[in-house]
Amino acid sequence: MSAAAERTAEPATSPVNIPDIPADLPADLPADTPERTTMYEISGLTKTYTQGKRVVHALAGVDLHIDAGELVSIQGPTGGGKSTLLQMLGGLDRPSSGTIALDGKDLAAMSDRELTGVRASTIGFVFQGFNLIPTLTAQENVETALVPEGVSASVRAERAAAALASVGLGDRGAHLPVELSGGQQQRVAIARALVKDPTVLLADEPTGNLDEQTRDEIVELLEGLWKEQGLTVIMVTHDSTVARRTQRRLRIAGGKLTEIGV
Amino acid sequence: MFLTYLRRELSNRRKQSVIIAIGMAVAIALVMIVNAAAAGVSDAQDDVLDSVYGVGTDITVTQAGEPGGGGPGRFDVGSDDGTAQDGDDGASRSFDQDRLEVARGSASFDASALKTVTGIDGVSAATGTLTLSNTSFSGEMPDFDAMRQQGQDGGDGGGAGGPGGASGGTDGSSDAPAGGADGQGGSSFSVDSFSVTGIDPAADAVGPLTTVEVTDGRGLEADDSTSGTDGAPADVAVLDAAYASTADLAVGDTVTVGGKDLKVVGIVGSTTGDGVATGSDVYVPLALAQSLADLDGQLTDVYVQAASSDDIDAVSAAITTALPDASVSTQADLASSVTGSLSTASDLISKLGLWLSVLVLAAAFGIAILFTVSGVTRRTRELGTLKALGWRNSRVVGQVAGESVVQGLLGGVAGLVLGLVGIGIIDALGITLSGATGGSSFGFGGPGGGGGGAPAGGTGGGGAGGPGGGGGGPFGGSQTAASAVDVVLHAPVSVTVALAAVGLAILGGLVAGLVGGRRAARLRPAEALRSVA
Ligand SMILES: Nc1ncnc2c1ncn2[C@@H]1O[C@H](COP(=O)(O)OP(=O)(O)OP(=O)(O)O)[C@@H](O)[C@H]1O
Ligand SMILES: [Mg+2]
Repeated sequence: MSAAAERTAEPATSPVNIPDIPADLPADLPADTPERTTMYEISGLTKTYTQGKRVVHALAGVDLHIDAGELVSIQGPTGGGKSTLLQMLGGLDRPSSGTIALDGKDLAAMSDRELTGVRASTIGFVFQGFNLIPTLTAQENVETALVPEGVSASVRAERAAAALASVGLGDRGAHLPVELSGGQQQRVAIARALVKDPTVLLADEPTGNLDEQTRDEIVELLEGLWKEQGLTVIMVTHDSTVARRTQRRLRIAGGKLTEIGV
Repeated sequence: MFLTYLRRELSNRRKQSVIIAIGMAVAIALVMIVNAAAAGVSDAQDDVLDSVYGVGTDITVTQAGEPGGGGPGRFDVGSDDGTAQDGDDGASRSFDQDRLEVARGSASFDASALKTVTGIDGVSAATGTLTLSNTSFSGEMPDFDAMRQQGQDGGDGGGAGGPGGASGGTDGSSDAPAGGADGQGGSSFSVDSFSVTGIDPAADAVGPLTTVEVTDGRGLEADDSTSGTDGAPADVAVLDAAYASTADLAVGDTVTVGGKDLKVVGIVGSTTGDGVATGSDVYVPLALAQSLADLDGQLTDVYVQAASSDDIDAVSAAITTALPDASVSTQADLASSVTGSLSTASDLISKLGLWLSVLVLAAAFGIAILFTVSGVTRRTRELGTLKALGWRNSRVVGQVAGESVVQGLLGGVAGLVLGLVGIGIIDALGITLSGATGGSSFGFGGPGGGGGGAPAGGTGGGGAGGPGGGGGGPFGGSQTAASAVDVVLHAPVSVTVALAAVGLAILGGLVAGLVGGRRAARLRPAEALRSVA
C-alpha cells in the first residue's frame, strides 16, 4: 500500500485529483488524525562534483526523514547544496553515496529508466525559471506532463484543462508562455507539476523570479494545494518570508543539513 | 502531442527549416537530374551502338587497313576520261568518275573468316558484311597539256585528298567554287560520297539490319543474291531513309554504285529512335557489293552473337586466336570507342555530375546536421525539462529526429518537383548529342576538299590542289560517315530514382536527427536544468 496513494485519496473534490484512485483504499480514515507514514528516508547522502582538479562536496553526508504530507522548506546560502538535494529527491540525478528511499524504494540504486518512471509517475517539479516549452501553449505545456502516461488525447486535454483551472488559469489555455505574466507562467508550471497527481511536489525557488505580490499569490496557491491534496511539498527558497509559512524549515550550507527551530 | 509539438517547433524555427529543406531540395534535384541525364546519355550510347552494329551484336571482327593501303587511290584524269569541250579557249575537259572501295582505315579479308568464326564454340550466330565507300567525282578541269602533266605529278598528293573532299560532301555534293573555265586553270567539280554495305539478306539474326525496319518498298530478300541474270545478284539497293531524303531518292529511282545503276527497291529507317540514321546509306546484296567492288569473296566486318553473355570474353579470345590479323571488339570496347559530344557528355556526367551530386548532398546533410545539433544545444533546458517531467530518452530523441525527418521530407518533395522541372527542361531543350564510333568520323574532310577545289590561280588546278587535299586526307580518314549518329537526349525519370531521391532526403533528415538526438539523449536532466537558457 502506497502512502502516496492514501494521501491523494482524501480530497476527492479537488479539480486536479482525477479518477485513477485505487478502489481498495481505507477511505474512512479520519482526516484530523493523519497517519504518520514515511515519504523520504535519507541517510549518509553525499554528492561530489569534480571539475577538473576542483572537487566540490555539494552534499556532505545528509540524513533526513520526511513524512508524507509535510510542507518543508529548504533555505541556505548560494552554493550550499539546495538544488543538488532537490535533484536527488526528485530522481534527476544519483548521489555519490548514501541511500535515498522514496516510499521505501532506493532512488540511488535505480537505473536511468526506473528513475524516469518515478519522475513520470510520482514527482511533480516546479523549476525556478518556469521552464515552459516556449512553442507550446499553456494547455499543451501542461499536457506534456501526461505524455509519459500514454493516456488518450481527450483525457489528456481534459485533465490539463482541469489542472489549469485549479491554478486559476482556466481561460488562458490557448496562450503561449510569452503571452503570460511571470506569475501566470509559474501557475502554468505548477499546473504541469500537479496534473499527473504526484505524491511529491518539489519546487526549486518557485517565487525567485516574482515580485512580492505575485510571490504571495503563488505561496498561497501552493499552500492551498498542499492542504487540499495532502501532497508532500518540499520547497527550496531564499526567501525567509516564504520559509516562515512552512511547517518545517531546513537549512543547508556547505552540504550539511540542519533543522531550523523545530 | 508528437505532431503538435513537431509542427510548433518547425514553424517556430521556420528559417532553419527552410534552409535545411532548400539544401536537401537542391541536392535531391541535382541527384535526380544527373541520374536522368546519365541514363539518357547511356540510352543514347546504346542507340548509337545499336544503329551502327545492330542489336544483339556482341563482338565485331574487322581488319585494320595498312597505312596507305586500302585507301582510295587517286582520280586519274586522263585524256581518255570525259570529253574535251570547246570553251572560250577550248581548253577544259569534263569527267565523271565513280569509285567503290573499302573505306579508308579498314581492309577487306577473305570470307573464310566468317566460317572460322561460325565454327568457334559459343558463337550462336555470325554474319559478314562488306562495307564500302562510294565516291563519285565529276566536273570539269582545264586541259592544258602541261598542266595535265603537272596534275599527274601532283596527283599522288592530290589523291590522298580525295577522301577528305569526299567526307566533306557526305551530305550531298559539294560544289567547290570554281576558278572558272577561263583558260587560266580554274576547275569545277563535285564530289559525292556515300557508304554502301553489302549484306547477306539471308542472315538477319545479327548485324546491321537488326535495328532497321522497312519504311517503304521492301527489304533485301534472300533471292536478291541470285535473281539476276545467270544467277548473278539482282541490281537492287535499299536506302537509308535519311540518306534517301538528302539525296532525293525514292523507291523506283536508281542509285549509281560503283558505276552501275541499281534499282531502289526499299527505304529503311532505324528502329532505335526518330532521326537516328541507320548504319549505312545504301544496302545491297553482299554478292553484288563484292562484284561491284571487285572484291569477290571478301568481307570487311563480321558480326558475332555469343550464345551467352558470359561467353563473350572467351569467344572474343578464341576469335583473336583463330584470326590473328583481325581486330576483335566486344560491345564494351565499342562503347568506349564512342566519341563525339556524346562521349563528352558521358564523361561530364559520370565525373563532374557524380562529384557535384556527392558534394552538394554532403553539404546538404552537413547543414541539416549542423542546424539540428545547434537546435538541440539551444533547447538544452527545454529538452532537460521534458526529461525531468519523465519523458523517456527514446521519446525525446524521436521528437528531435522526427523534426529533422520532416524537414528532410519537405526538402525531398521540393527536390522532387525541382528535379522533375530540371529534367523536363533538359527534355524540352532537345539537346542533340552526336556520337561516332571508330575514333575519327567527323567530316573534317571539308578543308581537304576545299583545297582540291580552290581556285588555284592560273598555275595549275589539280596539281596545286593536291597538297591541300593531302592535308585534308587524314582528318577525313574514316569514311563510314553513317557511324556518326545524332541522338536527341532524353532524360528518363524512373519511379525508383524519384523514390530513392526522396528517400535520400529523408535519410539526410534521419541522420541529422539521430546525431542531434544522440546529443539530446546524453543530456542529464539535472545538468540540463542548470544550463542558462
Ligand atoms: N554539475 C556540477 N558540476 C560541478 N559542480 C557543481 C555541479 N552542480 C553543482 N555544483 C556545485 O555544487 C555546489 C552546490 O550547488 P547547488 O546548485 O546545489 O547550490 P544551491 O544551494 O542550489 O545554490 P543557489 O542558491 O545558487 O542555487 C556548488 O558549489 C556548485 O558549484
Ligand atoms: Mg539552486
